[in-house]
Amino acid sequence: MAKFKKEGKRETPAISTASLPDIVFMLLFFFMVSTTMREVSLMVNNGMPEATQTVKLEKKALVSNIYVGKPKDQFQGAYGTEPRIQLNDHFAGVEDLQAFVASERESRKEEDRNSITNNLKVDQDVTMGIVTDIKQELRKANSLKVNYGSRKKATR
Amino acid sequence: MAKKTPEINATSTADIAFLLLVFFLATTTMNVDSGLYRRLPPYQPENQKAPEVAKRNILQILVNQNDMVMINDSPADVSTIKERTIEFILNPGNRSDLPSKELKNIDMFGQVEVSKGLISLKSDRGTSYRVYVAVQDQLTAAFNEMRNMKANEKWGKNFNELTPEQQDAVKDVIPMLVSEAEPNVIGGKK
Repeated sequence: MAKFKKEGKRETPAISTASLPDIVFMLLFFFMVSTTMREVSLMVNNGMPEATQTVKLEKKALVSNIYVGKPKDQFQGAYGTEPRIQLNDHFAGVEDLQAFVASERESRKEEDRNSITNNLKVDQDVTMGIVTDIKQELRKANSLKVNYGSRKKATR
Repeated sequence: MAKKTPEINATSTADIAFLLLVFFLATTTMNVDSGLYRRLPPYQPENQKAPEVAKRNILQILVNQNDMVMINDSPADVSTIKERTIEFILNPGNRSDLPSKELKNIDMFGQVEVSKGLISLKSDRGTSYRVYVAVQDQLTAAFNEMRNMKANEKWGKNFNELTPEQQDAVKDVIPMLVSEAEPNVIGGKK
């Protein structure tokens, strides 16, 4: 005969929470990895001007950034104080822009290549000369979508 | 025989991990890029002639190397550009020195008068970017206001509440024609 052993009290065993930290850590790592901070380290001063009619740039993947401004203090010895262009992680001249546009195109999918927006992040104290040169180069490279980066000014 | 070490209580690791998680969630501010969107005209070889436009159809805005603004040959302040542009494009009194209008067939609107007005923005190489953006901002504000007006007339809604098709129709009624002349060097190379 089977033996049924009856215990006095029947308590439901506590659910083991030992794996909870692992689950949470997994979540943590997921967020840490998925928030790709593909932000270049700025080598130029970049105080963008204010504007009231700014529009948010959608589709971040289709935005290529062009920074313009005075080199930061630690680079001024090597690059001077004249406004410079920064593409990705290095200083560049106006003549490098066409190659930059081409490589930006190359890195996108075929169908997205014509919808790249060039986000001009230009310091507000820069003069228009260099901006115009950039615009000319972009026109030559036939990359015509441009965003004049500016901060939203509080309206009244 | 080695003494058995008592097991460390691990219940608080979950809390620590949660704390970290919340910290990362809160600090990763997705800084959104914003700005004024423009489309550049396609590149044209230098020897090409610009199309002739009647003088009344052009609102000329000049910004010089000292950041001074001139509208149609008279000095003006940046903050007046918006009003001037609206008056110029809409030409409410059908004045003969403001742009002519042309009847156009636009879906959803039918026959409407579309202004032939063109804004010519010319800046110097020495113009500061701050002022340039301020001017562009004023122009955008002017066109946004006019489009809002049209949208409210037709649908009783603001422009950005319309469907994309309706927005396109409004854009056809009030096209944003801003031409940027190639800048010349007036104030010396900068």
